[in-house]
Formats: sequence, C-alpha cells, structure tokens
Amino acid sequence: MNDLAPLRDEALSAKDDRPVKLLCKDVWKVFGEGAAAFMAKHNGAPTEEEIAKAKLIGAVRHASLEVKRGENFIVMGLSGSGKSTLVRCLSRLIEPTWGSVELDGIDLLKASPQALIEIRRHRMGMVFQHFALLPHLTVLDNIAFPLSVQGVDRKTREERARKVIDLVGLNGREQFYPRELSGGQQQRVGIARSLAVEPEIWFLDEPFSALDPLIRREMQSELLRLQSVLKKTIIFITHDFDEAIRLADRVAIMKDGQIIQIGTPEELVLHPATDYVAEFTRDVQRAKVMSAARLMRPQLSSIEYGGTIKATDKIASFAARIVGVRKNFLVTSAEGKPLGEVVPDDVIDLLADRDQLREVRA
Amino acid sequence: MSIADSAAPARIPSVSTPTLIWAAALAITAILYVAPNVAPWAAKYPSSAIIPIADWISALMAWLKSNFTWLTRGITDIFNVPLQWAINLLAKGWKYGYGPTAFVFPRLSWVGVCAAFAIAGFAFGGWRLASVAAACMIYVALFGQWESAMLTLALIAISVPLCIVFGAAFGVLAFRKPWVDRAIIEPMLDLMQTMPTFAYLIPMLLLFGNSPVSGMLATAIFAMPPMVRATVLALKRVPHEIDDFGEMVGCTARQKLLRVLLPSGRATMMIGVNQVIMLALNMVIISSMIGAGGLGYDVLLALRALKIGQGMEAGLAIVALAIVLDRLSQAAARQRPAPHVHDLNFVQRNPMLTLAVAILIVTTALSFFVPAFATVPAAIKISTAPWWKATVDWINIHFFDAIEAFRTFLLLYILNPIRDFLVAFPWFGMVLLVGVAAYRLSGARLAVITVLMTLFCAVTGLWEKSMATLYLCGVSALIAALLGIPLGIAASRSDRFAAIMTPILDTLQTLPSFCFIIPVVMLFRVGDVTAMIATVLFAIVPAIRYTNHGIRQIPENLIEAATVSGCTPRQMFWRVQLPLALPEIMLGINQTVLLALSMIIICAMIGTRDLGQEVFIALAKADAGRGLTAGFAIAFIGIVADRLLRASTDRLQSRLGLT
Repeated sequence: MNDLAPLRDEALSAKDDRPVKLLCKDVWKVFGEGAAAFMAKHNGAPTEEEIAKAKLIGAVRHASLEVKRGENFIVMGLSGSGKSTLVRCLSRLIEPTWGSVELDGIDLLKASPQALIEIRRHRMGMVFQHFALLPHLTVLDNIAFPLSVQGVDRKTREERARKVIDLVGLNGREQFYPRELSGGQQQRVGIARSLAVEPEIWFLDEPFSALDPLIRREMQSELLRLQSVLKKTIIFITHDFDEAIRLADRVAIMKDGQIIQIGTPEELVLHPATDYVAEFTRDVQRAKVMSAARLMRPQLSSIEYGGTIKATDKIASFAARIVGVRKNFLVTSAEGKPLGEVVPDDVIDLLADRDQLREVRA
Repeated sequence: MSIADSAAPARIPSVSTPTLIWAAALAITAILYVAPNVAPWAAKYPSSAIIPIADWISALMAWLKSNFTWLTRGITDIFNVPLQWAINLLAKGWKYGYGPTAFVFPRLSWVGVCAAFAIAGFAFGGWRLASVAAACMIYVALFGQWESAMLTLALIAISVPLCIVFGAAFGVLAFRKPWVDRAIIEPMLDLMQTMPTFAYLIPMLLLFGNSPVSGMLATAIFAMPPMVRATVLALKRVPHEIDDFGEMVGCTARQKLLRVLLPSGRATMMIGVNQVIMLALNMVIISSMIGAGGLGYDVLLALRALKIGQGMEAGLAIVALAIVLDRLSQAAARQRPAPHVHDLNFVQRNPMLTLAVAILIVTTALSFFVPAFATVPAAIKISTAPWWKATVDWINIHFFDAIEAFRTFLLLYILNPIRDFLVAFPWFGMVLLVGVAAYRLSGARLAVITVLMTLFCAVTGLWEKSMATLYLCGVSALIAALLGIPLGIAASRSDRFAAIMTPILDTLQTLPSFCFIIPVVMLFRVGDVTAMIATVLFAIVPAIRYTNHGIRQIPENLIEAATVSGCTPRQMFWRVQLPLALPEIMLGINQTVLLALSMIIICAMIGTRDLGQEVFIALAKADAGRGLTAGFAIAFIGIVADRLLRASTDRLQSRLGLT
C-alpha cells in the first residue's frame, strides 16, 4: 500500500492555486479599558495570564487565516467562542485591537471611513442570523435598499432587485412586508438583499440557525446551488458542525477566541488537532467527508470495474452504487489518469464503522 | 463554650448597626417634635437664616428680560406667524380691512372639520373609530364650544410638531452621546416632568409676553420629555443586527440614522407621539391662564364664577377633544404602511386624505354663501348647562346632609390631624430621616442628593407649605393606593372585571387634570376635601394598572409549580403572587405619587394652602422668583419621593432576582 501514498496525496492535495481574497494576520480583539495600549505594550503577543491580570477579555486572540477567491470558508464554534467577533473584525464592524486584515492586498484597517463605506457598498455583502430586514419596507424595497443607499436610481435598482428576487425564488412576494413572510422566506430576502450589490465577498452570520431543521437543510442546498452559479468568496459562520462539513471547502474551528484548527472537513475528521475537535468529529458519518482516495487500493489490471470515480469524490456519493453492483470501482485523478481501485467491502466496513475496530485491534 | 464566646461579640454590631441608626434618627426627631424648645432652630427653620433664592431668581429673570428682550420678542414674532395662521385657519378666519366693509376669509367650516376627523377615524380604525371621532366633534360643535376648541386645537397643532422634532433631536443626541444623556438630558427631563405645570408659565410669561406664543412654548417644553425618552428607547431597542446591516451596506452616519434606525424604531416613537399629544392638550388647557385662550379659559372663567353648568360643558368639550386626539393618534401609531404600488399618482395612493381635503375646501367655500357652514346655527345648538345645574342642585338639596357629613368627617378626623402633625414636624428630623432612608436604600450618593433637595425646601422658607403639600399629596396617594391595589387585584383575577375596567381607566388617563376638579367642586365645594378626591381620581389609574399587570405577568410555570406543591388559593395569593408582583406594584405606586403631586398643584385653583398656591399667586403677580422657587420645591419633593420609591423597588427586585 505504501506506493499508493504519493498518488493519494497528489490526488487529494489538488493544488488550490486560486488567489487569496481575504488575508487575516494575527488579529486580536481585546475588550476592556486601555486594551489598545495593553496590546502595544506586549507587542501584540500577551499571554493569557497577562490578559487576565489586566482585567481584559480576549474575545479573539492571534487569529490568522486566508480565504481564497471563490472558496466556501466556514468559521465554526460554539456560542462564546468568538466566531462572530472574528467575522465582525474581518468586515470591520468591530475594530480589531491588533493585527491586519487585507482584502485583495489592501489593508482594511487602514482604510478611511469614506473608503470603507465604498468597499462595503460595492464589494461586501452580509446575511444576518435574525435576518435584519427593515420592517417598514416591502420585500422589493428591502432588497433594493443597499442600492438606494448608493444613490442608484429607482428604475435601475428595482431591475437589479427583481433579478435577485428571481434568483432566490421569491417571485410574487415583491410587495409583501417582512412580517408577512415565514422565517425561511425572510432569510431568502436577506440573501437576495446581500446579493443585490453583486459583492465579491459574502459574509453569512449563522444565516440558518434561526430556522427549523427541515427549512435549514433546504436553505443549505439553496446556498450550494447559488454558490455553484455565483462563485462568491464566502465566509460563513455556524455553530453546527454538520452544516459546516456540508457546505465547507475549509473549516476554521474556534474555541475561547482562538482558532484551533483550519482544514478541509476530511482533514478535521481524520486528523483532529485536539481532543476538542475530535469531540465534534466523532459522530460525523465519515463516508460523507472521506474521499475515495482514502480507501484506494493498488490497481489490479485483470479485473472488470463496476464504475469509475474521481479520487476526490466523497465515499457517500458512490457508496450505494458500489455496494449495489458488488464490483470494484476504478479511481482516477481529476485528469482521468487511473490511480487505483476501491473495493466494496472496504466501503461497507467504513459505513459500518468496522474499519475503526480493525485499527483498534491492530 | 468557646464557639459561643467568639460568636457573641461579632453578632451584636452586625445585626444592630442599621437598627441603631434608625433608632437614633427617630429618637432625635421625636424629641424635636415633642419638645421643640430643646433646639428651636432644628424644629422650626429660623426665618433669619432663609436664603433669598427667590430674590436671586427674580434678579436673574429681570436681567434676562432687560438684556434679551430683543431675542425673546424676535422668537415670539417668528412663532407667531405659523401660530396665527393656524388660529385663523381653524378658529378665527382672516379679516382684511376694518368695520362693516371688511372682507372676511372664513375659517375652515365646522362641517368640513367634523367630516375630516371622521374620515381620519375611518382611515386609521374603520367605522368604529370614525363614529367615535364624528360624535365627539359634533358634540363640541353642537354644545357651543367650537371656537374655543379650535383655538385649543390650533395651539396643539403647532406645538406638537415642534415637540416631536426637538424631542427626537434631543433623543438622538442622548442616544449618540451617553455622557450628555447622563449629565444633562436625564436630569433635565426629571426636572421637566416633576416641575408643576404652572411654574413653566411664569418665565414664559416674563420672556415671551402675555400671548398665545408663550403658552405654546410652555406647552412644547412641557410635552417634550416623553418624545425624548421614546426616541432614546426606540433607538436602543433597534436590534444590533439592523445596526450592523446599516454599516455593512455602507450607509453614511446620516443615512443610517434617517433610513435605518429611526424607521425601525417607528412603533416605539409613535407611542411617544401619542403621549406628546395628550400632554400638550393638558398643558394647552392650563396655559390658557396666560392668555392662550381656548377651552381651558372657559373652564377657568366658569370655575371662578362657580358657574357649574358652563364649567361642566367646557370640561366635557375638553374630554371629547381628548378622546378624539388620543384614539386617533393611537390608531395612527398602530397603522402599518400600506404596500405601495409605484404606478399610482398621489390621489390614488391617498384616497382618504384627498377626500378629506376636498370636503374641507368645498364646505369652506360654501360657507361664503351658506351661513350654516360658517358657524354652527343657533337653532341646532344645545346647551346642557341648565341641566347640569339642575342635577347638581337636586343632589345638593337631597343629599346635602350626607355629603356634608362625609366632608366634615374627612376634614375633622383624617385630613386635619395629619396636616397638623406634618406641619409641626421638625424640619431637621425630616432631613435626617430622608437621609437615613436614602443611605440605607441606595447609598451615599442618593443620600446627599435627597438631603440637599429636602434642605432646599427648608432654607427657602417654604417648609410649612412644603409639608402642607406633602400632607395632601401623601393622603391622596395613600387613599389612591388603598383603593387601587384591591381593584387591580380584582382585575387580575377576573377577565370580565378587567374588560370593564379597561375603558374606564383609558378614559381617566386621557382626561386633562383640569377636568377632574369640576364635578368634585360641584358636590364638595372648594377646599382640601375636594382637592383630595379629585387627586385620588386622577392618580388611581397606575395603581390599578400596574397591580393588574404585575400579577398577570407572573410566569405560568411558577403558578403551576405552586399549584403542584399544594398551595391553597389563599397561600397562592399571599406567598406567590403578591411577593412576585410587588416590584411592579411599587412602580405603580411611584407613578401614583407623582401624578398625585402634579394634581395637588393644579388644585391650588380651588383654594388649597400649599406650594401650589404659592406658584398660583406668583403667576398672578408674574413674580418669577417666588413662583420658580416654589416650583423647584415641588419638583424636589417629587424627585425625592421618586428616588426613594425607585430605590426600594430596585432592592426588592434584586432580592427576587428579577433585575
């Protein structure tokens, strides 16, 4: 099996050579009196004891991350982990105490108020947990509001608004008021509104947490559908790990104001950095996050294959088929080069968690 | 043994320190009361030590008057323009030229105004509100109060927008700059709300002259606090996310305020608008005393001449106007914007408004030719004055003895003894007791504030009058609470009773304070008993409301838990409901006390002998120093009572973990 490792690694680490959209370096948000002076005194790297001694609260501590253009980047953490604060630092809704945030190489924290307004008007969109719709405006006016703030004339902005209304499937509700809509519909308005300015970077702050589980799933699918068309750079906050792995290219897990691990769902499941991460990933159905390459065996040339899959395909995506036909599947690279094969029994073992028993015995 | 030994010395001070302080304060007070000769200066404030604050204020006002007359008269002239315009439009009409050849452009026709009110009622609340509005306005017209009522309405129409704009502006300022709020706006609002209405009038009278403008300005200032408070509350209640949203779409500061925050807080702000309108009505009535004219003036004239019938009629016209304005503004506040469709013109979008304007124009145009449209024809006017007079006469003839006995009993056995006790109360003892109570309830800060305020009443030489005020206010508030709390409890237990009470309370709350005096004077003549009964009626509403609400808002699961634990209904009430509702009831009593204080001052018109009378006399003499000093004393009594009650409510709440 050892000769497979390089092949597998190559297939999985498919170089993400997209340019960096948002770069966040060593960002701190410390609450309390004299926080800025305190950070300067400690040269941006105080210890936990020093923070506690100064009676300050470190809501976000040396957070660094980079988000690639078009990436679905998820920030996951339980309440109080600082995920909301971090994301508000990225959009400068909250002024970070220390560090830098660069959007396409431009430091947001140094932007003048005027420049910041321009950036927000044209390049950022945000969706809120409790929708934050304006109660006195109709659906159409709510969606056109960001454009109206920019001074776009009525005809143009309503045209654009109708386009996004179409995109999120709210046709016929243009003249409704937010209070007349269900939660799911209200969030569709929130999504449409954030898309009306055609932002480059899209912040979603727990957008589906206030919705019922069934609606939540529906909205997640809707988001994936929209993203497959729009290809925005997404920064999505959630406290729901299942939601994170469903939507994410990569996930950053936060605890007590610190990012404790950043990785693809697969990396988190297979190589949790701490017990805390392992705790989250324990109940995840691994077939959903693991790629075919992880189960790949060396290719036997004489066999007849039941199908062909890509090395990056999730096991869950072909598990039913391979178990059904009971034949080995050929695994290829993205370019179609054969790499190895997947055996049905391995898939069944994985689905039944029997492989873990094996590991334990070994 | 050793444990007992070590515990005993520790326990004595910890238990008895507060008790000791109280005992000492009470003992000193009792000694001063029983034997004032021990320290005469502490029993009765020496007249030689009176600080002439009144003279200082008079001097200041005189200086302001002589140096800023150009400014104040300029302001008067500016405000006079819209005010006269509104008065002409609604009440007087425009007159060009003199004598019989003068051309008169008529005021809005009463038919049109009644119709416009009915249409507004229909637009905001359907047929029901339309008929209420129409009935009230027609009442005003038919009972011969049209011109006075329209004068009052014109004053309100100009002062309310002024209030709303300035109130909202101060509210925004207070919201944006918390230190300005704490240091300036909040104390100002407290003073503005506890300052008696008469006291507003004196400086206005001096600075802006004896004209409707000074009445209007006094009204605008008096009615502003709820707008400021409602704006601050509305802005604070806007969800944080909406604020963030405003930032994220790149609003400028002005866009965020005008297009995101204020519209989102519209509902709360509209409650403020309703309160502004009602307070403005109340104040416009009172400011008729300084030449503003209107319904209040009619009542005042009738009261002075003891013309019961006329007074009652004008009073009922105020009631009618109050009900119309209150219901309409409440319904307008509930109104939600209609979905607007863009391809409609103005008329199509506002059919009701267009209709109302059209009717007003047509009826006013008609009044050139048909006199019945210009003035209410005498043939359909009705006067109830004789009927009211007959009714009162009948009651007085048949029940005079019973009423007189009741009145004398109250005076001899309740009011006078309490009055004598309080007026003889040593000032030093009172200051001491207030200080100790404030310190025990809240701390040194409150103790200093309340002691200084109590001292003010003594050092200005107003001690006896302050105590007289305290006595009437205290007795009335106590009776209001004793009647109101059981009524509130009854309302909380029976939905039917609550349903009966609600419209009665609504009406009591809507009526301007003036209106309470008239019927009581008819039965009990002038004096302390009348003042007390009118005050009780005026001040009872919050005691009932808060008690009812306090009991009803107890979480259901607590009641269920108590039921499951096997509480009898009696236990449930005494051990679960009452303790949990107590903080809310205390809030109601606090309101009752403040309302009682404001009413007692109005009662100066019917001959009480307290601080209110002092202000009333000062108003008649245009003596700013005397009036404002007494005004401050009243305000300080109100603030001390409010702070002490609030502090004890806070303590209760934190003890119950309800903060």
